[in-house]
Amino acid sequence: MTQWIEACAQGDVDEEDVMRFDHGGKTYAIYRSPDDEYFATDGLCTHEKVHLADGLVMDYIIECPKHNGRFDYRSGAAKGAPVCINLQTYKVKVEGGKVLIELA
Amino acid sequence: MPGIVIIGAGECGARAAFALREHGFEGDITLIGSEIHPPYERPPLSKEIENGVVRHKIIATPEQYADAKITLKTNITATAINRTSQTVFLSDSTTLQYDKLILATGARPRPLPLAEGKPVLYLRSIEDSQAILGGLDATQHLAIVGAGFIGLELAATARKLGAQVTVIEALPRPMGRAVLPEIADIMAARHKAEGVEILCDTGILAIGDDRSITLANGTVRYPTRIVIGIGAMPNTDLAAAAGLTIDNGIAVDAHLQTSDPNVFAAGDCSSFLSPVYNRRIRLEAWRNAQDQGNLVAANVMGANEPYTTTPWFWSDQYDMTLSVAGLPDPTLPATKRQLSSDAYILFQFAADGTLIAASGIGIGNAVAKDIRLAEMMIQGRIKPDPAQLADPETNLKKLLRG
Repeated sequence: MTQWIEACAQGDVDEEDVMRFDHGGKTYAIYRSPDDEYFATDGLCTHEKVHLADGLVMDYIIECPKHNGRFDYRSGAAKGAPVCINLQTYKVKVEGGKVLIELA
Repeated sequence: MPGIVIIGAGECGARAAFALREHGFEGDITLIGSEIHPPYERPPLSKEIENGVVRHKIIATPEQYADAKITLKTNITATAINRTSQTVFLSDSTTLQYDKLILATGARPRPLPLAEGKPVLYLRSIEDSQAILGGLDATQHLAIVGAGFIGLELAATARKLGAQVTVIEALPRPMGRAVLPEIADIMAARHKAEGVEILCDTGILAIGDDRSITLANGTVRYPTRIVIGIGAMPNTDLAAAAGLTIDNGIAVDAHLQTSDPNVFAAGDCSSFLSPVYNRRIRLEAWRNAQDQGNLVAANVMGANEPYTTTPWFWSDQYDMTLSVAGLPDPTLPATKRQLSSDAYILFQFAADGTLIAASGIGIGNAVAKDIRLAEMMIQGRIKPDPAQLADPETNLKKLLRG
């Protein structure tokens, strides 16, 4: 069973940026794209478990702050060495100025 | 059929092997490593130990080598190269023919002459790391000769394990080769607060068979373990014996090609002609090993691309990370960007205003994003307004895109 969890308010994430969201003992990353859409992925890089929220967002790519592993945060797709395992993504919706993500 | 032979199975050699396949190379690839392990990442060796066992991370699984049709030969050393017949001679008495040869032989710790034959340790491999950190606890006293990155990262790890730690440095400051004094001082202060004894400006007269260390001022220390961390030397013997040009490393041009068009060199072992800095540079960093591994693979296949990547490295000590993009110059003034009470970046400029270096320090990855953006600014040779860089409200991404 899944439920929608409030991660943050719309304005909490800058455009083309990312923020960390912790919930239920797990950590997530919430993204706001250059065209003002919101996305969510697991918060830790699949390479060395570094918090992606400290990394740089350029267009639709999040880059890990430690080893520059890159993912497309819309699909979670790993974009080449050193990362080879995709990121888990989560459904996101915006309601009444709140960003909600769907968690199991 | 002869294919591509890569000598050296570290970060760079392994990356080059996979990158050849990513670039569509279909011939044979043989990767030769002298260690018993498949290629692994070295940065954790100074930092991570759990339940007495150092943590290491392999770069790829056996299945990944098999899937990519990369022949990995471990525990084998290349003993000679005949460039005329394009042959590599191996320690198991076999030979390999090559069309192109990539040397990724890495570096080894610089030995301290007066420690020769004495019970001292050096750090390069998993086994070295285990010997230094394994079983380290409050009953042990670790002496570290050299306050560079390796020495200070080990000091932090040893303190976490409860050991008494003394760092002995000949120069006036830790990390003097690569880090601006202001940042080095912050890190040194943190080590002192954590209980590390740092002795700068301190020479060593002798190391005894009983691990006694006689300092230049005549006092004697009695650590239970001694590790030497005074830098690394490129592994160039094989290349030199094959008649390749050596100049602080295996000399390569901006395309990572040696004086022989069929032989390339990349990573810690090579010194390359930097089109950005207009001089020969040799870098010993994880990122450089990755990037040059990727580029050498492309160039072996004829891409003919120069290596223009901006140097970038980091060092984790306790919960702090220092990271540097570009090559800082202690003789130049710096512009400070204070991100929070305990995180800031120092920017330095060439005479014409081009950004040439950014040095940051902070808790965790507090400076990572801005350092990465600074790296792109350096790469783009742009001339950002120092006043704007200094203002933490300035969005560097917008500044970069101008």
